Amino acid sequence: MSKSNLTRRGLLKTSAVAGAGVALPTIFTASSAAAYTNEPTGSTVTLGFNVPQSGPYADEGADELRAYELAVEHLNGEGDGGMMGTFSSKALQGNGILGKKVEFVTGDTQTKSDAARASAKSMIEKDGAVMITGGSSSGVAVAVQALCQEAGIIFMSGLTHSNDTTGKDKRANGFRHFFNSYMSGAALAPVLEKMYGSDRKAYHLTADYNWGYTTEEAIKSSTEAMGWETVNTVKTPLTQTDFSSYIAPVLQSGADVLVLNHYGGNMVNSLTNAVQFGLRDKEVNGKNFEIVVPLYSRLMAKGAGANVKGIFGSTNWHWSLTDEGSKAFVKSFGTKYGFPPSQAAHTCYVQTMLYADAVQRAGSFAPCAVAEALEGFEFDGLGNGPTLYRAEDHQCFKDVLVVKGKENPTSEFDLLEIVEVTPAEQVTYAPDHPQFAGGALGNCNNGA
Amino acid sequence: MDAIILQILNGLDKGSAYALIALGLTLIFGTLGVVNFAHGALFMIGAFCAVTLSRILTWSYTVIDETKTDFLGNPLKVEVPYVHGLFGQATGDAIIDWAVPLSILFSIPIMLFVGYAMERGLIKHFYKRPHADQILVTFGLAIVLQEIIKYFYGANPIPTPAPEVFTGSFDFGAMVGFEANQIIYPYWRLVYFGFAAVIIGAVFAFLQFTTFGMVVRAGMADRETVGLLGINIDKRFTIMFGIAAAVAGVAGVMYAPINSPNYHMGMDFLVLSFVVVVVGGMGSLPGAVLAGFLLGILESFASMSAVIDLLPGINQIIIYLVAIIILLTRPRGLMGRKGVMED
Repeated sequence: MSKSNLTRRGLLKTSAVAGAGVALPTIFTASSAAAYTNEPTGSTVTLGFNVPQSGPYADEGADELRAYELAVEHLNGEGDGGMMGTFSSKALQGNGILGKKVEFVTGDTQTKSDAARASAKSMIEKDGAVMITGGSSSGVAVAVQALCQEAGIIFMSGLTHSNDTTGKDKRANGFRHFFNSYMSGAALAPVLEKMYGSDRKAYHLTADYNWGYTTEEAIKSSTEAMGWETVNTVKTPLTQTDFSSYIAPVLQSGADVLVLNHYGGNMVNSLTNAVQFGLRDKEVNGKNFEIVVPLYSRLMAKGAGANVKGIFGSTNWHWSLTDEGSKAFVKSFGTKYGFPPSQAAHTCYVQTMLYADAVQRAGSFAPCAVAEALEGFEFDGLGNGPTLYRAEDHQCFKDVLVVKGKENPTSEFDLLEIVEVTPAEQVTYAPDHPQFAGGALGNCNNGA
Repeated sequence: MDAIILQILNGLDKGSAYALIALGLTLIFGTLGVVNFAHGALFMIGAFCAVTLSRILTWSYTVIDETKTDFLGNPLKVEVPYVHGLFGQATGDAIIDWAVPLSILFSIPIMLFVGYAMERGLIKHFYKRPHADQILVTFGLAIVLQEIIKYFYGANPIPTPAPEVFTGSFDFGAMVGFEANQIIYPYWRLVYFGFAAVIIGAVFAFLQFTTFGMVVRAGMADRETVGLLGINIDKRFTIMFGIAAAVAGVAGVMYAPINSPNYHMGMDFLVLSFVVVVVGGMGSLPGAVLAGFLLGILESFASMSAVIDLLPGINQIIIYLVAIIILLTRPRGLMGRKGVMED
């Protein structure tokens, strides 16, 4: 006959140890499955705004930062709410994101890829930023996007126009609201045909880096498709300040249109030089000589002064748009800062709202959950009409604006006038379009 | 042939800017023995003198125009320059239009003061230090100056147009018998070239035909002996620093309509100007001018698409390539003097 030593206390102890033993692996498994980089645990969540605060695009970066601060205000329920009131998704409540108050840290990209990566890395590792956004250059966007992919952080790019950002360099953790070179070409070509005819000879001056190449290719193929001939394409060094030696031979080539695939200081200087050389006063092949600037920025147009008058280009957004979303944003931004926002400010504000909304809808800050909420998301009320965040390449498809330099500006902000709002269908392309070939999104990364 | 003439013309104005900056650099190096990396910043400050005077002349009071609205729907605030009230609208507009040429007068005292303050306040403490120290401190100074300008004027270029009468271009080709539109040249660039020629001539005449210039030249050749004769050569060299700063400043003023001034423009010119000084020969004023025009013209030729097609990337390296060739064949540069920068 055996005697059992089992006591009530012993049974409880054994059960507790056995229960903990059984549960232990589950706790770890569950924990590691749910964890992601910089999971916010307190009552706040930190966003990382990585903008050029020094260097040649510092003014554009300052405008981006203004927009981010405004977005944070609105997300936290302060101010007039801006575009939260016009946004078609009503998930955001004005009480932060998922009830957590939004805070932010900033980094300085200096418009240099290595500096931008270093500042993004610092915000992720030291400040615990759960999302990185901003930038004013495609080189920076591609570099920071790759970093965020590795780190398991969502990257909502700022102003980046190269096809490659959502083309060969696309990443599953990266999302672009801004339009791209292909869209500029597709939107501009019909307007150029209408204004200047289909029998034109174009001469391209192209900034010698990634964005310049994709823009040249896009404009060249769009204009050639409507009958224009490309007489010559010349690459100009990014550091070039005086473009006279590149502009002077343009007339000798027999061209009657000059396409300046330049941005920022390059655009200001090349356009100023072209006007100095009197190109716009010339008549070639029996037609008036014309200049085209594929990517316009109001801040840059200001630098070129009166030289932009009558010159066509494209832009992502303009403060003079009269839809409810744009009006709400301009009112909100203008009241706070005293001047209208730039397109860079607009895209940055919208990206922040879209991220916050996606988190809210997903119910989680986990990058893969946010990515899933953004993929294929259709929305309206954010200033560009009905918009799709395409799942295949994480590019937004929306209307594109064709603008021209205003002849009689009424203020220093009133430099561009909208000539046409090109519908989204006209600028939409297949995900495997040759201009976007190569690269793959890969899998989203939740990080550690 | 027309393409060659065109690029020579293009090289002239770029060469003019290089020559003016290099002339100042050489003056400072020749007199004080200082390698002044802040010289490009002086060119930039000169350009911002034009921006500043332009802003002073367009300083305005606000009038509310009830018939128009601003971007927020409020009555439009119209800016009316004070010069309209002082001189009438037509004369006021003419004064604003001529802001850049007027800025030459505005910039000279400012640049003389900046040069004097820079030399007395900082650089004189580095005369007896190695060249590496001088380069570091002046380079640091250049960064400080450009950041100060960026703080007050922003990072974007600021359009500063030439007077209306000088806008546009003329058909040089048609004037000398080529087809129309083959060789066009902007009026303002011609003005710039003429202006540079006058300034260079004036500096040479000053050094050659005045007693002050004679003493400075003697000091450049043998500072110690001139000092032993009881002449305060340091004071004269300080004045020369101020003159070199003024030369860079007026070069910057007149360059403002060619490329809209931005805080970084000095750095863009600085490295090339140093190459110009080295190619011309350290301490040689005629060498600096000659090399300035030579490299400006060569840079223009290298930008021709026919040349780029033949030698891709040549436009980015031509100046350095020529510098290497010249220094290999003439180690003292084109017109360098024996004993300068040599132990």
